Amino acid sequence: MAEISSTLLYSAFIIYLFSTLFFAMSISDKKGKDAVHTKKWGKIGFISSCVGFAAQLGYFITRWMASGHAPVSNLFEFTTFFGMMMVLAFIILYIIYRTNGLGVFAMPIAVLVIAYASMFPRDISPLIPALQSDWLKIHVTTAALGEGILAISFVSGLIYLIRTVDQTVSSKKTLWLEIILYSLIAVVGFIFVSVGFKGAGYETTFEMMDDNNQAVKVVYDMPAIAGPSNGEQLDDSFGSLFSTPSWMNGVDASVKLNTFIWSLLAGGILYGLLRLILRKRIAAALQTKVKMKPDLLDEISYRAVAIGFPIFTLGALIFAMIWAQQAWSRFWGWDPKEVWALITFLFYAAFLHLRLSRGWHGEKSAWLCVLGFWIITFNLIAVNLVLVGLHSYA
Amino acid sequence: MMQTITCECGHSNPYGTSLCQACGKPLKQDVEVLSSMRYEGSARRSQTYKQTFVDKIWNFFSSVKVGVWLIVIILVAAAIGTIFPQETFIPPNVDPATHYESEYGTFGLIYYLLGFHNLYGSWWFILLLGMLGLSIIIASLDRGIPLYKALKTQRVTRHDQFMKNQRLFSKSNDVELDEIKYTLESLRYKVREEDGNLFAEKGRFSRWGAYVNHVGLIIFLTGAMLRFFPGMYVDDILWVREGEKASIPGTSTEDGQYYLENNDFILEMYDKEEKKFNSALSSVDGEVAKNYQSNVTLYKTKENHTIGAEPELVKVKNGEIRVNEPFKFDSFALYQTDFKLNEFYKMSFELEEKATGNKFGKLTVDLHDPKKEYDLGKGYKVKIEEYFPNFVLNDQNQPSTVNNLPDNPAFVFSMYSPKTPDGEKAFVGIQKNIDSGENQFKMSFAGIETKDLTALTVRKDHTLWIIALGGIIFMIGVTQGLYWNYRRIWIKQNAGEVWAAAHTNKNWYGLKKDVEFLSDKTNLTPLEEKETASK
Ligand code: HEM
Repeated sequence: MAEISSTLLYSAFIIYLFSTLFFAMSISDKKGKDAVHTKKWGKIGFISSCVGFAAQLGYFITRWMASGHAPVSNLFEFTTFFGMMMVLAFIILYIIYRTNGLGVFAMPIAVLVIAYASMFPRDISPLIPALQSDWLKIHVTTAALGEGILAISFVSGLIYLIRTVDQTVSSKKTLWLEIILYSLIAVVGFIFVSVGFKGAGYETTFEMMDDNNQAVKVVYDMPAIAGPSNGEQLDDSFGSLFSTPSWMNGVDASVKLNTFIWSLLAGGILYGLLRLILRKRIAAALQTKVKMKPDLLDEISYRAVAIGFPIFTLGALIFAMIWAQQAWSRFWGWDPKEVWALITFLFYAAFLHLRLSRGWHGEKSAWLCVLGFWIITFNLIAVNLVLVGLHSYA
Repeated sequence: MMQTITCECGHSNPYGTSLCQACGKPLKQDVEVLSSMRYEGSARRSQTYKQTFVDKIWNFFSSVKVGVWLIVIILVAAAIGTIFPQETFIPPNVDPATHYESEYGTFGLIYYLLGFHNLYGSWWFILLLGMLGLSIIIASLDRGIPLYKALKTQRVTRHDQFMKNQRLFSKSNDVELDEIKYTLESLRYKVREEDGNLFAEKGRFSRWGAYVNHVGLIIFLTGAMLRFFPGMYVDDILWVREGEKASIPGTSTEDGQYYLENNDFILEMYDKEEKKFNSALSSVDGEVAKNYQSNVTLYKTKENHTIGAEPELVKVKNGEIRVNEPFKFDSFALYQTDFKLNEFYKMSFELEEKATGNKFGKLTVDLHDPKKEYDLGKGYKVKIEEYFPNFVLNDQNQPSTVNNLPDNPAFVFSMYSPKTPDGEKAFVGIQKNIDSGENQFKMSFAGIETKDLTALTVRKDHTLWIIALGGIIFMIGVTQGLYWNYRRIWIKQNAGEVWAAAHTNKNWYGLKKDVEFLSDKTNLTPLEEKETASK
């Protein structure tokens, strides 16, 4: 069962890649711009994303059967599920607006999320007592769906910016847009270095003192740029360039920091290569391909927030409170993960209120959607990996 | 009170109205119809009165701009609170004044000095939440009431100016009114007719969504604040040893006090051999917990028992408490929170003659309730001179105890025998047995008994239903306001022409599809979108 499950996930991944390709075909203008061509490839793209979704749903169900609990209980499972919810959100918004251009960006970003998820340990893990609750499943799945829909508002906002930011001059806006695209590329970089060094079987070990002054071994699976604070390398691989600052929490803080640096480096190289090939800003190159009406993009990103906000609130706050009341006897405890869910909620509440006044439509709104997605990913990744709290998945 | 304004259609509007509430005619020259549509051009207090102090406060809090600022400030403050752990998350035995600096350096010190280590309970954070609540109430009253009246009094026939200024508008000739009416009804609009004019509306209730969700928020916030009132809320922790009974804190009422007996504490671990979790379990050191459980019995004291007297307990019920499965009675709930395995419970010693190794009787000390003296018979006895349940050497190098928990028990014994009637002293602890060196007798260790403890959180929360109610109302409100929208289409006969106009509070895309459908099915000229300032 577990093997079937992984095969299905793998298939979904490949189908999503194809779906991206089909959507790209539908908006390419090389073969003449006739509507039939657009419609045909758009339809194929849409159907393939639905097929991919079905495959991933199959992964989800079979893994559930294999493990005996809903597969949303560790970082791999949760992040994969988040990617799946992004695809679902895209499907919903595609049904409403029928925009192929959205698929060109939404599908690869979902692919990226799933690939990122696969870098975490994929073992089926047992549930500790605190996680043994139906409310947990309900909470996590609903929250992920809400976040998936909100992520589409980011995708649409991003296309809006690519479409409208003036690329003839270099400005703060073009710079920020490049930074956003670079950070997406850095995720690709992360996947490359993880797979690369794992494939090469690289390993180096340090010994350091933990908080209780016990000697512990810290194993790196990438060459150590950032070594542990006060660590000593036990083999003669490439030694660290500097030590991780001691305020960063936990024994494996330095490993995380090191991976982060490698991802940024690899992303930088990829980005540089792309710039060399394209000979202009990435956003400028994309701009020539994107033909969607800015008005429609603005509408989609707003609509995605309008649809996603209630679901997010229900899943990430209300169901979370019900579960916390059962598990920890209090529905709210100001744990960092809880606080960041609240921050996300407040952020989108502010967004909805700003949309009530005139000046906040269009470009400003698109930047806000990007910022909102940043908050969501921060909560998904950084709070789990950096801030300590009850929620940090072991 | 200021005068009312009577429109040419005959409707009398309150002072401050910008669009006639019945026909929509702009009541002043410079009124822009479209931008007034959000609240139907109704007379809002904040837009009308700006003189007195009360007006100014009202206007301040009714502003959406102020509301958004409040939300953003709370958001930023909440984020700052996650930079370093809050005081409740730092180890219980450290002093926050030094902890933040030693752990996080200068930033930690500043964080502590600014009071950010206890941010969410600080007066200014609560004040911000209060202001947010006030702002929600005032902003909603300022808009909700006039909006309600305006939507109730609106008429079918609208003023020309009102029609012409809508974002979607067209003029046509030769139109079958019945056809239009039929088509609109097939789109599930509610259509009213008056003098050959039509007014079609759909989803008016969604216009109340924001107000409903704000009511939910206010109820929620009120519930959260009620927690500060005594009696609404009990939050205590109860440690009970296996096989013992303890009175449950906070549960004492006129008709008695609850007691809980811990029959058994159970800790289960996942089996490393279990196939499906095999690879995950083999990659962690140690074991992974599967279940924490206390099997308990609840008792209550008999009615009219006098305080001080030994309570007479009546069994109420048995129960099992697990994480995620609290044990409930009356308005209380007990949660599995913590445990301690193998706490020292009883320690046994034998009085032994050093030279011969002969033993002269055994004594068992209850570490929670040691006796002063243990008589071993035949003239042998042992006195406990001093007892340190959790022994340490303090700053002055004197023996002392950290607390009352018998984690590291140590004793000063006096040993008496017929040979040593004056007694000999010895200091005995875990792996320690110190005397002056001249003693003839010693206390030799003869075994230890341990017990498990369970820790249960005792919770009563009379605010929960208020909070839950607020949450439900909030969800109804947001769904109502964000998943539906209020669409209106007006058709007006005008000197041989037929004018059509349409408006929605959101989702113009959906409205446009409706009017396209309408003009496809009828002879109506397609409605055109005016370039508006809002873009
Ligand atoms: C965290 C707090 C708040 C939440 C979650 C919240 C939620 C909402 C939501 C979901 C809407 C509907 C938006 C839409 O239909 O596009 C709304 C509308 C509105 N909110 Fe809030 N709100 C909050 C605080 C405030 C505050 C502090 C004010 C004070 C100025 C305010 C004033 C308004 C107004 C004027 C509307 C529009 C009402 C209408 O369309 O008739 N809200 N709110």
